[in-house]
Amino acid sequence: MTDVPVRRARARAGWIFRPRVRSAIIQILLVALIGLAGWYIFQTTRQNIAAQRLVTGFDFFWVESGFSISQTLIPFSENNTYARAFLVGLLNTLFVSALGVVLATVIGFLVGIGRLSQNWIISRLCGAYVEIIRNLPLLFQILFWYLAVLTALPVPRQSISIFDEIFVNNRGITVPKFVFGEGGGFVFGAAAIGILLAFVVSWLARRRTVATGKPLRVWPLNLALVVGLPLACFLYFGVSVSIDQPVLKGFNFVGGLRIIPEFLALLIALATYTAAFIAEIVRAGILAVPRGQTEAASALGLRRSKVLRLVVVPQALRVIVPPLTSQYLNLIKNSSLAVSIGYPDLVSVFAGTTLNNTGQAIEILGITMLVYLCISLVISFAMNIYNRRIALKER
Amino acid sequence: MKRLSFLFPLAMSVAFAGVAQAGTLDDVKARGSILCGVSGGLAGFSQPDDKGNWTGIDVDFCRAIAAAVFNDPTKVKFLPLTAKDRFTALQSREIDVLSRNTTWTSSRDTSLGLNFAGVVYYDAQGFMVRKAAKVSSALELSNTTVCVQSGTTTQLNLGDYFRSNNMKYEAVVFNTADEVIKAYESGRCDVFTTDVSQIYAERLKLSKPDDHMILPELISKEPLGPVVRHGDDQWFDIVKWVLFAMINAEEYDVSQKTIDQRLKSDRPDVKRLLGIEGNYGEQLGLTNDWVVRVIRHVGNYGEIFDRNVGANSRLKIERGLNKLWSKGGIQYAPPVR
Ligand SMILES: N[C@@H](CCC(=O)N[C@@H](CS)C(=O)NCC(=O)O)C(=O)O
Repeated sequence: MTDVPVRRARARAGWIFRPRVRSAIIQILLVALIGLAGWYIFQTTRQNIAAQRLVTGFDFFWVESGFSISQTLIPFSENNTYARAFLVGLLNTLFVSALGVVLATVIGFLVGIGRLSQNWIISRLCGAYVEIIRNLPLLFQILFWYLAVLTALPVPRQSISIFDEIFVNNRGITVPKFVFGEGGGFVFGAAAIGILLAFVVSWLARRRTVATGKPLRVWPLNLALVVGLPLACFLYFGVSVSIDQPVLKGFNFVGGLRIIPEFLALLIALATYTAAFIAEIVRAGILAVPRGQTEAASALGLRRSKVLRLVVVPQALRVIVPPLTSQYLNLIKNSSLAVSIGYPDLVSVFAGTTLNNTGQAIEILGITMLVYLCISLVISFAMNIYNRRIALKER
Repeated sequence: MKRLSFLFPLAMSVAFAGVAQAGTLDDVKARGSILCGVSGGLAGFSQPDDKGNWTGIDVDFCRAIAAAVFNDPTKVKFLPLTAKDRFTALQSREIDVLSRNTTWTSSRDTSLGLNFAGVVYYDAQGFMVRKAAKVSSALELSNTTVCVQSGTTTQLNLGDYFRSNNMKYEAVVFNTADEVIKAYESGRCDVFTTDVSQIYAERLKLSKPDDHMILPELISKEPLGPVVRHGDDQWFDIVKWVLFAMINAEEYDVSQKTIDQRLKSDRPDVKRLLGIEGNYGEQLGLTNDWVVRVIRHVGNYGEIFDRNVGANSRLKIERGLNKLWSKGGIQYAPPVR
């Protein structure tokens, strides 16, 4: 009988030992501790900065940069601000990363599928590619492409010329540039609309095929949209086109469009390196599709290429996409190795030259980290949406 | 992310270093050595040999500080820094003094939170090209490709010069001096540019130095000197006066050879410099024989110049502007008194 009040009293005294209360206390303490540490870091930073009379803030963005950049997707000169330099660096990072991701994916899929090929030579070649590229440090590969291949090309005066139009030398590849006269904007607009419409047409056609079971031939219509629409626009407006031909003038080629060797070296190295990892992911994804699926598809009389395209790859994608995402993220972060060969990416232009000229390390490194974080989050987000779309749907 | 991952801890240590206590000298004494930021490999200025011994005029200057503080020129740790990382390293207390062919400019002296202690070497920016290119003036360099190091005054002067002369150019920007000179040698660039003294040094790294020439134009003022952080006047004074003492010593003919004899001199300025009269060393927080230590272990300004970059070195650079004021140059130091 005396047991009950005793137990109650013990329970009252022991509230602190109840799991929920205990874990709440621990969590509050942890948050407080992290907050305190953050506050301490913030305060000491402020005091140190004040003691050294360092300039802080973001006003530097609007100061004239005074330097030039070798590859700019938007016009840039010494008179432009650091803000614009930041933008130029960011665009260069995005440009090389985007092309790198596309190229790496294409090469990776080809090699990954090739490695499973029944053709002994192809499968061995693909295997060798993966083993060699994957096991050499990326920095070494970038330097190899840059120093041993691209800058080892002849000087401009002795360029390798292709039909006297394209010139390959140690300053990069120079190609003729099309210059559109008035109305050129309409042509590009028409091309964009044409491509968009072609996608819509394909989508509608696929829906019809699914509904009726009859395959539709849409490529003539799409061709008309993509090529015909801009062409019609071009003729209608009578747009003049001139070709800006590169010519050797003194030290370098003038005119035309030039792709710098720093960009090429970085792109090739990033794409081939990442492709080796993607190839393994693709191979694993395909092997994860049960044999029965392939056998069933073959039994239905599908050709091998159709078996791959219609049965195996869609199922393999479910396994492939998540690890593929992290390869894309790696590629983007690895693009900052650009600094070692003078490609003007975000790290080189902003966290490099700009940081040194302004001395505002905390702000600039903070922004740079934030930018990489944002790019990574956007990619993860997009890939997650895609992943959800291709995921197995429970019906 | 290589560079970022290096810079990040630097930036963070600005945060974590604890509130700046003034005494760099106390820190140095407690540690038993000076942390000196230098360039990674620049003949005549700072260069490690295959045994890891550093030589150069920037290196000798740090040795002189160590001699003044510890009476031992070996109590220095040298940290090689790229042009890009050097100021962050100083701001974040990674080093006590930066002695790395660094140009004194107003923004570095103010908004970067630094103090320049004087000028070790009066330099100017120049251009190097291949002799085969057959140019004789920098004004003929329109439409060239130029290799340059990131985060230097060089990069900015280059922009100024080509811009104001309406010449087009492409700048290929690298992180380290080695990458710049390699790219130039590979033919990626027509022009190599930096401070002239450093062009001499870098030219030695080329496989055929004689195929290259330095153009006559000098496009900027590059007073190179040692740098310390804002906020520690005592340490700033010590670094400043070690340099002044070396220049004064040359002026008063106090050298490694003559020191014993000059200690017996009865010229009052020599007596004050060498601490026989007055307590000028103690006023700095050192001992009164601080200059004797510097001269015995390292030498006077003229000696470190000749030994590292001048007549007795591989570079054989003329003294030029770096002659004493009394001999037609502009090296001049305030008096000890
Ligand atoms: N004096 C200029 C340039 C200094 C500079 O970094 N020069 C290069 C030119 S070669 C250098 O010393 N590099 C050596 C290295 O990075 O190890 C400045 O202070 O910005």
